[in-house]
Amino acid sequence: MFSARTDTIAAVATAMSGSGIGIIRISGDEAIGIAGKIYRNAKGNKTLSQYDSHTIHYGFIVDENENVMDEVIVSVMKAPRSYTAEDTVEINCHGGVLMMQKILERVVQAGARVAEPGEFTKRAFLNGRIDLSEAEAVMDVIHARNEFALKSSVSQLKGSVSNLIKEVREEMIHEIAFIEAALDDPEHFDLEAEGYNDTLLKRVEKFMRQIKSLLDSAEDGRIMAEGIHTVIVGKPNAGKSSLLNMLVGEERAIVTDIAGTTRDILEETVSINGIVFRILDTAGIRSTEDVVEKIGVNKAENAVKDADLVLYVVDSSVPLDENDRHILKMIDGKKTIILLNKSDLTSVVTEEDIRQNKSAAGTIIKTSMKDRVGIELFIETVKDMFFHGDITYNDEVYITNVRHKEVLQNAYDSLLQVHKSIEENMPEDFYTIDMMGAYEKLGLIIGESVEDDLINEIFSKFCMGK
Amino acid sequence: MPEMIEKVDICVVGAGHAGCEAALACARLGLETVMFTVSVDSIALMPCNPNVGGTSKGHLVREIDALGGEMGKNIDKTFIQSKMLNKSKGPAVHSLRAQADKAEYSRQMRKVLENQDHLTIRQAEVCELLTEKYKKEDSGDDADPGISRIKGVKTYTGTIYECKAVVLCTGTYLKARCLCGETITYTGPNGLQPANHLSDSMRNLGIALRRFKTGTPARMDGRTLDYSKMEEQFGDEKVVPFSFSTDPEDVQIDQVSCWLTYTNEKTHEIIRANLDRSPIYAGIIEGTGPRYCPSIEDKVVKFADKERHQVFIEPEGLYTHEMYVGGMSSSLPEDVQLAMYRTVPGLENCKIVRNAYAIEYDCIDSRQLYPSLEFKNIKGLFSGGQLNGSSGYEEAAAQGLMAGINAARSVTGKEPVILDRSQAYIGVLIDDLVTKENREPYRMMTSRAEYRLLLRQDNADLRLRQTGYEIGLVSKEMYEATLHKKEQIKKEVERLKNTVVGAAKENQDFLTAHGSAALKTGVNLAELICRPELSYEMLEEIDRMREPLPADVIEQVEIEIKYEGYIARQLRQVEQYRKMERKRIPDDIDYNDVGSLRLEARQKLIAYKPVSIGQASRISGVSPADISVLLVYLEKYKNNK
Repeated sequence: MFSARTDTIAAVATAMSGSGIGIIRISGDEAIGIAGKIYRNAKGNKTLSQYDSHTIHYGFIVDENENVMDEVIVSVMKAPRSYTAEDTVEINCHGGVLMMQKILERVVQAGARVAEPGEFTKRAFLNGRIDLSEAEAVMDVIHARNEFALKSSVSQLKGSVSNLIKEVREEMIHEIAFIEAALDDPEHFDLEAEGYNDTLLKRVEKFMRQIKSLLDSAEDGRIMAEGIHTVIVGKPNAGKSSLLNMLVGEERAIVTDIAGTTRDILEETVSINGIVFRILDTAGIRSTEDVVEKIGVNKAENAVKDADLVLYVVDSSVPLDENDRHILKMIDGKKTIILLNKSDLTSVVTEEDIRQNKSAAGTIIKTSMKDRVGIELFIETVKDMFFHGDITYNDEVYITNVRHKEVLQNAYDSLLQVHKSIEENMPEDFYTIDMMGAYEKLGLIIGESVEDDLINEIFSKFCMGK
Repeated sequence: MPEMIEKVDICVVGAGHAGCEAALACARLGLETVMFTVSVDSIALMPCNPNVGGTSKGHLVREIDALGGEMGKNIDKTFIQSKMLNKSKGPAVHSLRAQADKAEYSRQMRKVLENQDHLTIRQAEVCELLTEKYKKEDSGDDADPGISRIKGVKTYTGTIYECKAVVLCTGTYLKARCLCGETITYTGPNGLQPANHLSDSMRNLGIALRRFKTGTPARMDGRTLDYSKMEEQFGDEKVVPFSFSTDPEDVQIDQVSCWLTYTNEKTHEIIRANLDRSPIYAGIIEGTGPRYCPSIEDKVVKFADKERHQVFIEPEGLYTHEMYVGGMSSSLPEDVQLAMYRTVPGLENCKIVRNAYAIEYDCIDSRQLYPSLEFKNIKGLFSGGQLNGSSGYEEAAAQGLMAGINAARSVTGKEPVILDRSQAYIGVLIDDLVTKENREPYRMMTSRAEYRLLLRQDNADLRLRQTGYEIGLVSKEMYEATLHKKEQIKKEVERLKNTVVGAAKENQDFLTAHGSAALKTGVNLAELICRPELSYEMLEEIDRMREPLPADVIEQVEIEIKYEGYIARQLRQVEQYRKMERKRIPDDIDYNDVGSLRLEARQKLIAYKPVSIGQASRISGVSPADISVLLVYLEKYKNNK
């Protein structure tokens, strides 16, 4: 048997919930070494490697500048007496969901890789920790988690992000193909004669800038459409866009007095006291003959089905009608906050009117977006729901975000290597090795494999051969 | 009519570049071998370009040589010009290419074959494969309904050759037809007799066939060409031999020149005006052609914005005036060909000796083969060369060699030799052929090798001599020479890493003189070699402990040091890759029993029976999650047994 060295993996092992306490698990040969790099005991010393197996310690996780990130409790379990039968360190942190994500990133930075979905279970099984009779179940878990992760990692990526990645990849493969064509058919293509290296250096710098901007976006969570999936619904001109604008803090949605202005769905990511919401503002819902508007209404109905939280904005200055009853039916059974808006005007709709129409009573708050009345109460309500666990994150999205960052960083590092090779005047064939690496890594984010891409690009763009 | 029956160990069908290597390997491993050809005069024929080697193909020839094959030695004996391509690039893409004297190449190879013990050359058309039901040894099970075993071949004249293994190397001969405009001739390449019966026998055995096509340009009478209008292309001043066992002094010969000229707008006009008479564009050709060596029609149509295309005029041999017109293969009719060629500078008054033509032939979908090149459904039947959907002499020879080796090993009850993608271009070639879907004749390219920094042509001996020795095709003496070379390299690298140079004045002067930064602290010699502006050779001045070493050792030392970082990274990737390759998938796995596999993956796995997890992961349509599921299943399977 060859030495079964395995790389070290890390992931959030508990669901990311409002409790704010969670465990990051690190497993593999380097688990203790990696955790040791970022853990300091109460006195600020690096002591992790000295701890016995199956002991628990209080301390801190520090960033690369030795600044404390979070107060934690770590447990050390040495192989084979752990869940995966590998060296395992678990970091119990309580700094909230965003902090868990940050710490996971720190662990990756220190040398671990983000675990594939179901990978801890897979390792536990392959290392003989799980009974063989459970093999089927293990396979199902891997299968299900992968299906889900695949769906979420691609579908939750913002359109603008995947478009940029596609664009960068297309340009990259073209450069790679050009170099490879020249290497393969040196009598046809002369790289030196065309002063190609300078051109390439500029392009690589551009790719690096583009990936850097993606990395920065990933840093503030802007590449993933993540957070608590929240949908704003209501009749036209009830104040939905005003609510969104208020939450975002700027005029993003078009706010007008003309009903039916928001015809498509607007999407924003908003952080309220550290809790991230992915908010969709929908077209106003009313029975309509306008085709464009109708599409918007259908989209809104679909969005509600997938929502973790629904914000129903009611114009309390006009009586409830058929459309409101339609909406109430649509949001039935969903976690809902109902905002009786326009409380600055004369109210004709009361809490009772709503309760009569909705079976499971949600929270009802009187607001005036215009005068910023009821906003505090609204925010308190949201926080309560979160900390009581009524609404939760989809933690897979968070993991995916960390994974994407890891991949982007890898792609960036590969380009840095290309840059270095060009500057050091290495022969051209060295450039493509790392450029292909960057290309492959970016493909992971948008879920595209690289099969035969290069060969196809070479043949379609360059006239080869004798 | 009484049936003639002969008994041998192995039958090799075909005597092209694959057949020659296969037959030699089998005979050299001591097995009674008969090699069939439709014409003994066309052994090792080069029906297309007059070269051996080229980018990535040169690597293949070196690897064939390191394993104990013949191609490298044969071209060293018969080349008339040689060049190392890509010399200004990194060592991984340096590629040797030689112009061959075609007739001489054939003659030399035939001489080797004729003098090989245990080998019989037989001119005959094999038209039938004889098989029997396959039963697993030592098992009382009923025969596996889908699997049979080869027991011999039958020739067109009725003789039966009973044997234990067959290697098919039929090249482009199966149901071949040649097209030149409206004229179709039912022949193999160069007017040779095609093999019209074997395809049907293969089909009856459940082998799926398809049609591929390829083409070749015209040959000109060299006396009618005006070389003053072309650029002369010389060989290298110092020729490097292909074979590791050729003495470099023996290849420093007088070389001939090749010539470069170009097509022009007029050429393209004639082609465009006559496209309707091209069998490809008129839809007469059914086969799929290769994209990397397109016909001139294809180039003009697909790359319409290119004002000119290169044309290489290359001699076919020393004792003929015939010149090969590289870059202008075509299947246009004769009259169009002549008009088109005559627009090219230097070819204005050319006379054609042989027309350009396209050839169409039957070949197999090579995913029907194991990586040993044995058919999955017929034990003892192996296949190599263009029949497997590849193209090129070198690709053919490489497969022929491996198919021959593995046929011989199957007869002697040994495990097949399978080179993986991290060991050799041959490994990449065969893995691609048996794993991926190829829609056109497959040509080797350096970009197909993901670990190409390790798979250099300069270190093929270090990579593969040992394997060749273990197989039995490389002598003990040669193997020991390689071991000695390895040792020398290792020692010298260590010495350079351990020799520290201080900031003494003479050292600083030396560095300044070579435009290199002065030393602040002591460094070792290896660090100096890493500097782009310095080399091993230059350092002699300040490296006083140096002892003279052979040039090939110095080359390895320098590469190992200069590119250490890159090489180390590739080695890490290889480690990951090999982990997956080592996980074998048992023959009798039932994919329907593996829960949670996606349907597409399940179907592909059932159809292509990968031998390892690594191979499975390269099948399109099998996702990483499917691989994880498979790993878990295999663990369960192993423990249940």
